[in-house]
Amino acid sequence: MKKISFEGFMKGVFMLCATTSILAIILICYFIFSGGVPFIMEYGLKEFLLGTSWRPSNTPPAFGILPMIFGSLVMTLVAVVLGVPIGVLTATYLAKFCDKRLYKILKPCINLMAGIPSIVYGFFALVVIVPLMKDVFGGTGMNIITASILLAIMILPTIIGLSESSIKSVPNSYYEGSIGLGASHERAVMTVVLPAAKSGIISSIILGVGRAIGETMAVILVAGNQPRIPNSLTKGVRTLTTNIVLEMAYAADAHREALIATAVVLFVFILLINAIFLIVKRRTLN
Amino acid sequence: MDKIVIRNLDLYYDDLHALKNINMDIKEKEITAFIGPSGCGKSSLLKSINRMNDLVEGCRITGEILLDGKNIFDNDVDVNVLRKRIGMVFQKPNPFPMSIYDNIAYGPRTHGIKNKAALDEIVEKSLRGAAIWDEVKDDLKKNALRLSGGQQQRICIARALAVEPEVLLMDEPTSALDPISTAKIEELIQQLKDKYTIIIVTHNMQQATRVSDKTAFFLTGEVVEFDETKKLFSVPKDKRTEDYITGRFG
Repeated sequence: MKKISFEGFMKGVFMLCATTSILAIILICYFIFSGGVPFIMEYGLKEFLLGTSWRPSNTPPAFGILPMIFGSLVMTLVAVVLGVPIGVLTATYLAKFCDKRLYKILKPCINLMAGIPSIVYGFFALVVIVPLMKDVFGGTGMNIITASILLAIMILPTIIGLSESSIKSVPNSYYEGSIGLGASHERAVMTVVLPAAKSGIISSIILGVGRAIGETMAVILVAGNQPRIPNSLTKGVRTLTTNIVLEMAYAADAHREALIATAVVLFVFILLINAIFLIVKRRTLN
Repeated sequence: MDKIVIRNLDLYYDDLHALKNINMDIKEKEITAFIGPSGCGKSSLLKSINRMNDLVEGCRITGEILLDGKNIFDNDVDVNVLRKRIGMVFQKPNPFPMSIYDNIAYGPRTHGIKNKAALDEIVEKSLRGAAIWDEVKDDLKKNALRLSGGQQQRICIARALAVEPEVLLMDEPTSALDPISTAKIEELIQQLKDKYTIIIVTHNMQQATRVSDKTAFFLTGEVVEFDETKKLFSVPKDKRTEDYITGRFG
């Protein structure tokens, strides 16, 4: 009798642990949306999302976040264009070409990359990439390219780790089949193994996009942070995340609500990315 | 004429001596069956002939395998060309996760054929050669993984035929298939004999008697007996062969 009640108790403990994370998600959803949605309703969804001017201290204030949406998307896109080829090819190298001794050095390095705090990346970019960009393009050196290069580096561990494991999980029989037809190692890997790992690689890219779009502290140091739509990749830019961090400390009233509403938009982006991720994953299972 | 000549071949996996002094002459356009209990080395020998054992870590081979008189282990042998000349069909059907057409065209494309009309012709010819054309001709865009196991294995045979090999190695090609698919593949093997030298590893002694001209009986890394299939199964010279084919062990 005593044993059953102990088991029942432990079951409850596990249940509580399992529901805590779900509860956290629900609470986050609730507070973000309840804080931001009323403001969007009042200000007007169209004006908020498509407004090009962000002047919270003007009278009347303007809260258009299109520059920030644009900034987040362009920066992420450029980061993906730079980071994905490097990430996928590195993963291919680690999974299929790298000799064992080198692997034992490279793999922990990449794992370490994932654990470095983002502010450290930001500082690295500030002292290394920014001066470089200043020399190349002139200006302050704080622009979309700088931030994108930094983000490309930061999404590498995500892309490499997941792509590598999906390449490794491709059945060896595909590889052997290709080799058996007289294909070279390189051709077998590039034309059979990589396509077979396609959906895992795409998943890794989607998660990388999620990481890039949500990144804040590193970006804030090097992106320039001007809230306007840039006309070139060498112009500074502000993202959804940095917009919140830069102004939250002193914002009040409508301004504060506008920043929470910015978080709502960011949150919707993240939800969309995760939905796409799940769809891709489900397609793989079928 | 001897297509493949194996001389004093020894094979080791690290310390394990898996094949011991193998000598064998395989004639052109004959079907040779390798039989024997699991772990006797028959697959190892098969995989040595197109050097698939190169992929196995710790595998070491001494001795010679001559293809048309040329040792395949010589330094100047291009192993990719060798594997084009000696095609392989695996135990488990392993079509690539792509369309039927792309599966068959994979080999020719690998060896530089890009012309669409030429590829179309090779695909049709290979699928006909593997006796599966009529079943898939309307559906060449279909993913090959959605075919049945028996169809998949014939796709794999067609894929191997598409690079116009001279020798076909088959590693228990029907062990994962049902009896009807097995019968179809066996019939196909008989037809292929006109053009190709075939070596087939099989666990199934009936299969060896049905399809092969010659049979080699392997036991613990040695070839105990190698003779015409009829002779080997009716008047085996070695006591161990007799024990195996009459089902006393194995």
